[in-house]
Amino acid sequence: MTVAQANGSPGSDRPMIELQGVHKWYDKFHVLKDINLSVGSGERIVICGPSGSGKSTLIRCINRLEEHQRGRILVDGVELTSDLKNIEKVRSEVGMVFQHFNLFPHLTALENCVLAPMWVRKTPRKEAEEAAMQFLERVRIPEQAMKYPGQLSGGQQQRVAIARSLCMRPKVMLFDEPTSALDPEMIKEVLDVMVSLAESGMTMLCVTHEMGFAKTVANRVIFMDSGEIIEENEPGAFFTNPQHDRTKLFLSQILNH
Amino acid sequence: MATLQKQADLLPPVVSTGIVGWLRKNLFDTPLNAALTLLALYLLYLTVPPFLEWALLKADWSGTRSADCSRAGACWVFIEVRLNQFMYGFYPVAQQWRVNLTVALLVVLVLPLFIKRFALKRWLAALILLVYPVIAFHLLVGGSFGLVHVETSKWGGLFLTLVIAVVGMVAALPLGILLALGRRAENMPVLKALCVAFIELWRGVPLITVLFMSSVMLPFFLPEGLNFDKLLRALIGVALFEAAYMAEVVRGGLQGIPKGQYEAADALGLGYWKSTFLVTLPQALKLVIPGIVNTFIALFKDTSLVLIIGLFDLLGSIQAANSDTNWLGFSVEGYVFAACVYWVFCFGMSRYSQWLEAKLHTGHKR
Ligand SMILES: Nc1ncnc2c1ncn2[C@@H]1O[C@H](COP(=O)(O)OP(=O)(O)O)[C@@H](O)[C@H]1O
Ligand SMILES: [Mg+2]
Repeated sequence: MTVAQANGSPGSDRPMIELQGVHKWYDKFHVLKDINLSVGSGERIVICGPSGSGKSTLIRCINRLEEHQRGRILVDGVELTSDLKNIEKVRSEVGMVFQHFNLFPHLTALENCVLAPMWVRKTPRKEAEEAAMQFLERVRIPEQAMKYPGQLSGGQQQRVAIARSLCMRPKVMLFDEPTSALDPEMIKEVLDVMVSLAESGMTMLCVTHEMGFAKTVANRVIFMDSGEIIEENEPGAFFTNPQHDRTKLFLSQILNH
Repeated sequence: MATLQKQADLLPPVVSTGIVGWLRKNLFDTPLNAALTLLALYLLYLTVPPFLEWALLKADWSGTRSADCSRAGACWVFIEVRLNQFMYGFYPVAQQWRVNLTVALLVVLVLPLFIKRFALKRWLAALILLVYPVIAFHLLVGGSFGLVHVETSKWGGLFLTLVIAVVGMVAALPLGILLALGRRAENMPVLKALCVAFIELWRGVPLITVLFMSSVMLPFFLPEGLNFDKLLRALIGVALFEAAYMAEVVRGGLQGIPKGQYEAADALGLGYWKSTFLVTLPQALKLVIPGIVNTFIALFKDTSLVLIIGLFDLLGSIQAANSDTNWLGFSVEGYVFAACVYWVFCFGMSRYSQWLEAKLHTGHKR
């Protein structure tokens, strides 16, 4: 390894996200247990596991919506501590898409998209709006730009939410079950957007049970159960040849649906 | 195999036809309802015609003295003769144009805010909140720019009511918002405790006590020579009192905002203030418009309590006129007039809040 790489200068293979021995408790409840994970730039990780296994908690620790109590989390080389400056810096570079969209209902789709660029990045309104329109085109709903979230379908709202995150030009995108609140006929339109995002080289961490998506897009699939990473493999091997009993049980349950 | 034909859209069935249908459905659908309807009609018959007769048909409208009234109905002459006092108190007649100008200026400045596509709304709002109060102060108080000084003890009537109400509202809303935010600041326990103490203290005492303390007790505690205006003391008392109420209304709104909204704002890197003022607070305020307007209406009517510290607002000046020996026995007219004026303003606020709710509504009603 060269000195430049060790220092993490641009073009190095320093991981985009690094978790070292992360533990988290809710009161006495040990929700994350010794999580070690390294995500390289451009890598696409799918996290799956039974409900309550800590998947949401894990990815919410990466942008500090939740605080971890032990271990280290680094995002693009910046360590997450209680330092507010670092937290805001990391958050502005990590996009997040929620299960329930969480669009701002008092703002139009376009206003949702330009809010953070204008107020966090200080982008002039005109420039921010032009960029937002490009992203709304990328998620294939430019014609809905002037509508309020309450006037859009679930699938459309989720695509606006993705565009809203992209407008901050994030280096990483986190997805927390982005399709599980959607009606079946809307799931595809959101997954299509996520696939094209993956093809553009975005670093992605997705909590999802869409196994078709995992097979086509993921570099690695991670299986979590009761706060631990049980198994981690590239998708082909993960689905055809799971190692642990718990993984086998979980896969048999979701694949037989 | 038969093909399934697509059905044509039908109009909804007509349930009630015309007035008769409506009456039957809403007023006479059961024997009990029919009886109640008849009873209500009878009560209206007993009260409304005599009142209209008194207030309109047999009323006296013109004259200058109490002897001009026949006393068969209402004597509105009393109101006409005293109208100037009811509107301005003892503000010198030659200077009353200053009051009119102040009010007119406010109306002219506020009206453009209602125009849909008016581009400079932000600047205008800033002008109204920052520059207008200074202008209004100099106009009303005088003593500068060649204007005669008018002591606040001469202020009165509807004018004084409006001064107290408007200053109270404009000060109470932002103060209340800050108190509500402070009370929700879980990670700043000292600030939170201070806000809780302030709110609970002021909500725990009646406004009348606050006014009494501000006018009678405060001077004892203030050092000699530091004796500021009675009206100003009342204004501060009213503003702080209403801020405590407003704080709880706003806090209720903030609690109604889903956690996901705070998280989405955080996840975008908006800090505390930006996330509050751009995302959560606008939604919370919209949610509690009825509560805010409720507080405003209560405040508007509570202004009449300043009477007990010797300020003569609309109701106070009417009561003062009632005890004029030339006009004894016309207090009913005075109170009916006061009630009408209060009602017009309060109803106006209520309609405004409904209009605002409809305007700010985005998306489908659930
Ligand atoms: N704020 C919280 N306080 C206490 N317990 C929580 C909280 N959030 C989640 N949990 C618990 O932590 C566990 C993991 O939750 P979560 O990360 O949401 O799981 P998943 O996303 O895998 O379904 C669950 O048992 C849940 O009940
Ligand atoms: Mg979850």
